[in-house]
Amino acid sequence: MSTGSVEQFQQSLSRLDTAWTVVSTDELAATVADLVDPPAVGAELPFDDLSLAETPVTLGPSPAQLRDAVTGVTGSRMGIASLGTVAVESRDEGDEFVALYPERHVVVIKASDLRSDLADAFGWIRREFEADRRSFILATGPSSTGDMGALVQGVHGPEQVHIVIVRDNE
Amino acid sequence: MSESERLDADRIRTLLESEGDEIKENTRLFNAERYDAVEAVGEDEHEDNRSRAREIKEDAIERLPELIDRTREAVEANGGTVYVADDAADANRYISEVADDADADSVVKSKSMTTEEIDLNEALEADGLDVWETDLGEFVVQIAEEAPSHIVGPSLHKSREEITELFEREFDPEESLDSAEKLTAFAREYLGGRIDDAEVGVTGANFVMADSGSIALVTNEGNARKCASIPDTHVAVAGIEKIIPSVAELEPFAELISRSATGQEIPQYLSLLTPPVDTPAIDFDSEDEPNFGNSGADREFHLVLLDNGRRAMREDDDLRETLYCIRCGACANSCANFQSVGGHAFGGETYTGGIATGWEAGIEGNDVAAEFNDLCTGCSRCVNACPVKIDIPWINTVVRDRINRGKDPGFDDMLVDGLIPDEEESGTPLRKRFFGNFETMAKIGSATAPLSNAVASTGLARKAMESVLGVDARRDLPEFERTTLCDWAEGRESRVEEPERRVALYPDVYTNYVQTERGEAAVRVLEALGCEVVVPDVGGSGRAPLSQGMIATAERKAEAVSESLLPYVEDGYDVVVVEPSDLAMFRREYEKLLPEEDHERLDEGSYEILEYVFGLLENGANADALPAGDGDGVAYHSHCQQRTLGLETYTETVLERLGYDVLTSDVECCGMAGSFGYKSEYYDLSMDVGATLADQFEAVADERTVVASGTSCMEQLDSLLSPGTRHPVELLDPAGG
Repeated sequence: MSTGSVEQFQQSLSRLDTAWTVVSTDELAATVADLVDPPAVGAELPFDDLSLAETPVTLGPSPAQLRDAVTGVTGSRMGIASLGTVAVESRDEGDEFVALYPERHVVVIKASDLRSDLADAFGWIRREFEADRRSFILATGPSSTGDMGALVQGVHGPEQVHIVIVRDNE
Repeated sequence: MSESERLDADRIRTLLESEGDEIKENTRLFNAERYDAVEAVGEDEHEDNRSRAREIKEDAIERLPELIDRTREAVEANGGTVYVADDAADANRYISEVADDADADSVVKSKSMTTEEIDLNEALEADGLDVWETDLGEFVVQIAEEAPSHIVGPSLHKSREEITELFEREFDPEESLDSAEKLTAFAREYLGGRIDDAEVGVTGANFVMADSGSIALVTNEGNARKCASIPDTHVAVAGIEKIIPSVAELEPFAELISRSATGQEIPQYLSLLTPPVDTPAIDFDSEDEPNFGNSGADREFHLVLLDNGRRAMREDDDLRETLYCIRCGACANSCANFQSVGGHAFGGETYTGGIATGWEAGIEGNDVAAEFNDLCTGCSRCVNACPVKIDIPWINTVVRDRINRGKDPGFDDMLVDGLIPDEEESGTPLRKRFFGNFETMAKIGSATAPLSNAVASTGLARKAMESVLGVDARRDLPEFERTTLCDWAEGRESRVEEPERRVALYPDVYTNYVQTERGEAAVRVLEALGCEVVVPDVGGSGRAPLSQGMIATAERKAEAVSESLLPYVEDGYDVVVVEPSDLAMFRREYEKLLPEEDHERLDEGSYEILEYVFGLLENGANADALPAGDGDGVAYHSHCQQRTLGLETYTETVLERLGYDVLTSDVECCGMAGSFGYKSEYYDLSMDVGATLADQFEAVADERTVVASGTSCMEQLDSLLSPGTRHPVELLDPAGG
């Protein structure tokens, strides 16, 4: 399995009008706090060593909080460097709702979880399927439509996506 | 399509005026983006993906019964339900029951052509349910009460202004919805509420993965994600042909589907869902309860696998590959006729574009396919566009043949019925026989020329041809030459001593009887480059009858051609062809018409004239033997079938090597397409398609020589610009000038 490069991932995100920030583990909470437009909701991160507990993000929100939220924060366990794609997993924590309702989606991903291209990503997906984790959305950029006569971003999903890339501890 | 909407000249004119501009702009954009996306990933990688996707689909359809069983086992093990519906009524009844069990008042849907096919909305509405389409394009056609005009972009026939007018009339908003942004914001708000309130969400499935009981959904808006996760009950409706063995086989399709559809590398959202998913149920009635309302409800999942004619298609040797279709719409976007009229003309009850003939014939029957099947001219531009390599023109030809026979044999006796050669003429309409037997007409016309030309061009004759045969009087008829190319060649000795190569120049019907000068030029060019040239007396390739769906006649012609030409190939002659549509017969269609070995020998032994000249020059022939271009300008229109075979580049390269400055058109087809442009009801469409080519050449026609490889293209360019279009080989003619 080859790991995708952060630089390539950043280039892909630029093509998608998607912003990014690279941080160390220690900087995560402060960075998330900076990036969220309140009110914000979140799904607890799928990483043992990273949490949204210290951020101004409501975890396990009520339906009203979800609807009113401007920002949603989720984690992603896989990104694709060549495409700027992140995987949104269908989890008990409600990642799918948090990633869909608010107009701004902030995604936390580890640099070491980047795959180089779609072929590598499928290698990862096959292993996840074998481990019985089998529902993911490969999300690439903001939601968009051309159905109203011109390209518009922000339809049933987010209008803006911001990716926080967490550098690995050295 | 109702009786009043039958496809006649008026209906086509109306659609060209009302929807043509939007259809053109959007389909051509998709088409151009597809070309760019394929170039970006690399032709080789794209080809590898196509080959793999094709193999996977062939294998999956072959093993379909087993895969249906495996899908059922996996979905049930996950806690869902599989229902295999025999037909539309069966599927609708089941989904109604599911909605009933869920105590549903309303259902939200993401885009699904399969639910369009079964008219699910009407069935659920008849049960008193509210049904909302949440894909914005589908929402527009739902509000407009229209049918989708394109498999991928259901509302792409509508301008932003028309949608504004529609929404303002329907919803009476406080503020004007006079931009795409405002329309989108309005629809998001409106439909967002509907989704939150719905008890049942219906999605399609682009792929179903048997081993894990998963589905894949390809979307850009995010509405399918919502429909699959917000209502507690999720119903996915898919044709049985959507099943692939496992997630491992999804990869080439993930590469291909968006690239082929819209030129995207990957869709905004590729959902791989194995329902019921772990995302918690959400309860908007407990809106202040944490954890999404602490619903505690169990998610329900129903996978409805639809047969509705597909199992019979699987048994049908000619329609089977329709089932490999992944509904990307590339065949529509790459089709010149579709680009002009769209799916409201070029489509049946549900499906649109070239592949629609296969779907509609298999699902609805030949009579529905008959309503639009003539719009496929066999230009073959969709062949390379299709991500699973379906021979879409062949499906159109076969269905045309079945329609001609005036009977719908049904699938049970399809194999027995076959295509019996001697039965050709029993049901074939007079007009198709007229166009299909052009060779006979050419023979007689030539033998009695110039009298035949004079008679045919009289007003009375043209009137009779228009009323009896539907040959449009606005078109110039081909003028037959008294001395055929074969006659001319017979009277000469070969001029080449110790030839480098020996060539059998195939006298296609047009070159032999009508455009003899391009044939004579070809002979002189080949001789100047050191070839001995013979012009054997060989009949038509079968292109004309095949284009009319007269397969048995085409097969007889193919056999006669191969009997005449293969001995030359055996003797070491290279077969050289002037008319690209006939070379395309040898290369492509003869695979279906001849024994495999004969097809392969003729395919390998034959060349397009400029392809052959290129080869001679590459192998040391002296270009100085041909007149130089001296920087003169040429406007070149390659032939659609020639481009599908990848051969236009040889003409460009040879002309450039001789010193010409070459401008090449980039339209998919000239719009003439053999007999198509002669038919009265299609004249306007043919000219509309041609207008794009004219636009590209009009400004330069004065300073560049206009050349075209195909006879039809020459005729079309003559009528669009001014007479005098030539074949490129005429520029190379040492005796020309």
